[in-house]
Amino acid sequence: MTILAYIEQRGGQLKKNAFETITAARNLAASTGGKFSALLVGDGVAGLASQLAPYGAADVIVVEDARLAQFSSGAVSTAIAAVAVAESANVVLISNTLHGKDLAPRVAVKLSAGLVPDCVGLDINDGNVVATRPVFAGKARVDVAVTTPNKVFSLRPNVFTATAVEGVSAAARSASVNFGEKDFATRVVETKLNTGKKDVAEADVIVSGGRGFKGPENFNLVENLAEAFGGAVGASRAVVDAGWRPHSEQVGQTGKTVSPSLYVACAISGAVQHLAGMSSSKYIVAINKDKDAPIFGVADYGIIGDVFEVLPALTQEVNALHGK
Amino acid sequence: MNIVVCVSHTPDTATKIVVGADGKTIDPKGVKFIPNPYDEFAVEEGLRRRDSGTLTLLCVGDDSAKETLRWGLAVGADKAVLIKDAQRNDSFSVANSLAEAIKGLSPDLVLVGRQSIDYDSAQVGPMLAELLDLPVVSFVTSFQINGTTLIAERDVEGGKEVVETTLPCIITAQKGLNEPRYPKLPDIMKAKAKPIEERPAASTPDRTRTIGMRLPEKKQGGKILEFSPENVRELVRLLHEEAKVI
Ligand SMILES: Cc1cc2nc3c(=O)[nH]c(=O)nc-3n(C[C@H](O)[C@H](O)[C@H](O)COP(=O)(O)OP(=O)(O)OC[C@H]3O[C@@H](n4cnc5c(N)ncnc54)[C@H](O)[C@@H]3O)c2cc1C
Ligand SMILES: Nc1ncnc2c1ncn2[C@@H]1O[C@H](COP(=O)(O)O)[C@@H](O)[C@H]1O
Repeated sequence: MTILAYIEQRGGQLKKNAFETITAARNLAASTGGKFSALLVGDGVAGLASQLAPYGAADVIVVEDARLAQFSSGAVSTAIAAVAVAESANVVLISNTLHGKDLAPRVAVKLSAGLVPDCVGLDINDGNVVATRPVFAGKARVDVAVTTPNKVFSLRPNVFTATAVEGVSAAARSASVNFGEKDFATRVVETKLNTGKKDVAEADVIVSGGRGFKGPENFNLVENLAEAFGGAVGASRAVVDAGWRPHSEQVGQTGKTVSPSLYVACAISGAVQHLAGMSSSKYIVAINKDKDAPIFGVADYGIIGDVFEVLPALTQEVNALHGK
Repeated sequence: MNIVVCVSHTPDTATKIVVGADGKTIDPKGVKFIPNPYDEFAVEEGLRRRDSGTLTLLCVGDDSAKETLRWGLAVGADKAVLIKDAQRNDSFSVANSLAEAIKGLSPDLVLVGRQSIDYDSAQVGPMLAELLDLPVVSFVTSFQINGTTLIAERDVEGGKEVVETTLPCIITAQKGLNEPRYPKLPDIMKAKAKPIEERPAASTPDRTRTIGMRLPEKKQGGKILEFSPENVRELVRLLHEEAKVI
């Protein structure tokens, strides 16, 4: 098995998902006796190769083009497919971020490959990859095999744990790709970053608030607890629809899918559409005054109580733990 | 503007999922099917952008999917085509059937949902882009058209992206794009009499094979405590020492 791990960068920065993809590629290669390469695509990104070495990427392929300073799903998917062909890679791994969601289906069509999107597990059975992914809003899981010689898997962020290895140094080599004008038919012309705020899709700890807070003015309780944890603020749809919080914070089927290490659901009932977005979190804490709220059914820990009492007390304890 | 909207017929989000006898798909017994919620945004946007053009709905599915096409006709679509496929296929196969039908229609704009809430694949839009050689912008929350230039906005991790492209193109609809209208009773009645064209699916073999479906493991033994200052301290201790997440 020859694996190509596409390493996402944005504005010349790597995020945690980059190391997760490398680790997943390394593990697949190790369990099948195959090999893997990492692929960086962008403008002036070769320098990032050294950050991949601690995760075991010895071979880093770099495709650079001034037009790739901003993301273009057409051009980047062309680059991934061209490198996969040149390297005879038969497995391509892509992180299932917003960019990854654009890329994986396009790469799959270009390579005549089957695609399993949003994988939460990759196993080897008789030398073949068996991918596990949630379906029906997380209410079921399927194990899926790809039947074509080329295979593409996109990996749900925050699920595959990144682990480091010792003693690998990365060698970067550049590859050239002939882009056509059409590859740049869609271009990102501007990226407006949310300043100073952690995004739920990238946070390791999320504290989410629901309708039980009664109004936007009480969300400072959620913000304070999130800050104590060093995490991000999330919200249920009820709260977003009421206009208390922006849609960018919504977790769930019509919001973002998150898998943080710790998800704290405060005054959220735990409707299936909310669970769809957060049930793959590593640890779930529920705080709700109704002991029968469905959220307790997926919680590892919980407190039955009023958020107006529990959150200040919890924030204080967490701060105390951190010596604040 | 001539517009094609692809709609899928999906189980209601609140449906309880039971694994079928084959161990690979859901048991459809007692499951209520609805138009895919994201496709409601796509249809609504199509209705608002159509002007004097034609809005054609495409759906790959069996006869039961006509219900979703009738809903689309009731809210105002001009034409509806059922691409008949008795069995459920993977997204690539569906995208191929849709692409074949779209080629004959030469639309200015193709609208699809961000994902179908059954298998949550989010593949069809970008796959159509490859199969039709058209630009695609996915997860769009708003867009403007000036002449043949389309400028779209979408939420990405950590912010928003503004994406520019040219018509004809494909847009995948995300929540926030608009507020979908409800069909009115007289229109629902009228839609019953409207024709639904039928054509066979492109018989593209699947590229993936489902080995098995199962329900997620239930969390056992969650530690749920009553509120008290001591128990809040205990929760922090558990998170720190047992879960080791803080
Ligand atoms: C197609 C579709 C898509 C959807 N997508 C999403 C989605 O992406 N994300 C999402 O979240 N929802 C989504 N929903 C909505 C979902 O069904 C629920 O309506 C929503 O999640 C409820 O939000 P909530 O838990 O904040 O509110 P509620 O269900 O009203 O729950 C409030 C909870 O707060 C508790 N509470 C009240 N006061 C206090 C207090 N003082 N202290 C402690 N607890 C208290 C109550 O016991 C209750 O459990 C979707 C629905 C549909 C139909
Ligand atoms: N069977 C289908 N018939 C028509 N359109 C579909 C079908 N399946 C998916 N689509 C369209 O493609 C979008 C994305 O679906 P998917 O890639 O399956 O998650 C949906 O929101 C629909 O607009």
